[in-house]
Amino acid sequence: MAEKKATREAYGKTLVELGHEMENLVVMDADLSGSTKTADFKKVFPERFFNAGIAEQNLYGMATGLALSGKTVCASTFAMFATGRAFEIIRNSIGYTRANVKVCATHAGITVGEDGASHQTFEDLALMRTIPGMTVVNPSDANSASILLKKVIKMNGPAYVRLGRAAVPNVYTEDANLEIGKANTLVEGQDITVIATGIMVNEAMIAAEELKKDGISARIIDMHTIKPLDEEAIIKASLETKAIVTCEEHSIIGGLGSAVSEVLSKKAPCYVSMVGQKDTFGESGKPEELKEKYNMTSKDIINSVKGLLQKGK
Amino acid sequence: MNLEHLKEKAKSIRCNLLKAIHQAGSGHPGGSLSAADIMTYLYFEEMDIDPNNPDKVDRDKFILSKGHAAPVLYATLAERGYFSSEEIMSLRKVGSNFQGHPSRDKVKGVEMSTGSLGQGVSVAVGMAIANKLDGNKGRIFSLLGDGEIQEGIVWEAAMAASHYHLGNLTIIVDWNGLQIDGKNEDVMSITPIDEKFKAFGFDTLVIDGHDFNDIDMAFSKAREERNNPFVIIAKTHKGQGVSFMADNAGWHGKAPNDEELEKALNEIGGK
Repeated sequence: MAEKKATREAYGKTLVELGHEMENLVVMDADLSGSTKTADFKKVFPERFFNAGIAEQNLYGMATGLALSGKTVCASTFAMFATGRAFEIIRNSIGYTRANVKVCATHAGITVGEDGASHQTFEDLALMRTIPGMTVVNPSDANSASILLKKVIKMNGPAYVRLGRAAVPNVYTEDANLEIGKANTLVEGQDITVIATGIMVNEAMIAAEELKKDGISARIIDMHTIKPLDEEAIIKASLETKAIVTCEEHSIIGGLGSAVSEVLSKKAPCYVSMVGQKDTFGESGKPEELKEKYNMTSKDIINSVKGLLQKGK
Repeated sequence: MNLEHLKEKAKSIRCNLLKAIHQAGSGHPGGSLSAADIMTYLYFEEMDIDPNNPDKVDRDKFILSKGHAAPVLYATLAERGYFSSEEIMSLRKVGSNFQGHPSRDKVKGVEMSTGSLGQGVSVAVGMAIANKLDGNKGRIFSLLGDGEIQEGIVWEAAMAASHYHLGNLTIIVDWNGLQIDGKNEDVMSITPIDEKFKAFGFDTLVIDGHDFNDIDMAFSKAREERNNPFVIIAKTHKGQGVSFMADNAGWHGKAPNDEELEKALNEIGGK
């Protein structure tokens, strides 16, 4: 069993590491620094940490002001409140001015668990990817989170990074070679392609192993960057395999599944099945129980694969 | 302070903003005219800025949080030499840099893209924090509409401004008493404005926003070394300078026709 670690843990460590080498790095939070792990940075660099209190709109407004004054700003809170409550500030203040603010939001998706529906966002990727010029990244494990966060934070311009609460198995090693905007093929396969993002990548890897036993060769792609989207990898998958299953811990409306389908419908149509949160709210429970109940596990991926293969090309 | 010089500048700014709105066929004359004297003072008397070096690191910065008053910002920047007054006549036209609400990417001297109310002042707070952090002597100014303070983010920003002891931040509220749907007190009461800001930790002053002596006194006070942010609550008249626009909510977002423009320019008496 691979080592388990939450992507937010990697975020805290990465901030401290970058804090030493980037003097202009400023970190902000909205009273959740212990949960988002920005407190790690605050401990080492208290003079460059600013709390907005429980005021997410002003968090991102102030972050814009600091960024337009030459700072690189990582501003964090839970994904629901960052992208939901502060959406219009992120759109109009950060996006429109291309301010160098990284919206690094934690506790995204169903694996928030016990806190329930009010805190489980399934809309964040959809909201963020509609903002012009916004880079949208969704790491699958702690190692890739560190690698991708460093690249995103050092790049100029606005970005959204989706991080999770729950500890998740490592898919990658610490020295993995990942590039923003470039999909990573984890498993080569000829029959069907599974394009997954975030914690669903690990589920896709488990599914691939199971499918192999049934003689199905599934290509597994980690789409860690939702925007800019690696269209080439998607088109190639459509041309080289029979169909595509998308997997995300996010609504099947507007997220990865939609983004992939937008490319396919224009450039290389094929059947697509979407694993993700159906058009419904979540509820309280243990992350693993909820993943099961809301059909976001390797089993659901396997079912989708088999369903699609029955349809043919 | 050269009173006559400021009065002349204010007249010219009023005339140019009205001409631009007339050319555009839409825009916000009422709240632009109410802010014209404050804007004149800021750009000709108060702020340490240089149109020839607009990115000077330790410059003072102004954010028009009431972004719909873009015409008064454009006319003031033009008057101050950032660009010509003729250029702003392309206001609101396709392809123009002079957007209906200001964009910092398009117009020299515009420090922040605004238009969605409340966001400008929040960004101003962030800039003031940055300057404090860097030991940058540049001061931050932000002008808010009175109706704008109905936005919750304004008070989130106000709370943060005093929490971080932003003595380098001066907010001005253009208290003309009117908003799109009518009088503030009928739409959503905002008074007492000064007591509200006081409770949020601001040093406050209520002045006549059309009296340059009053404006001069207020900004001199704001300039003093201080630990708290400062707010100037400027009592103004919407449409100030044009009799038929004055104190009339109907002129919040309406362009004058040819005849109305001529009448307005004559009343203002600018060049």
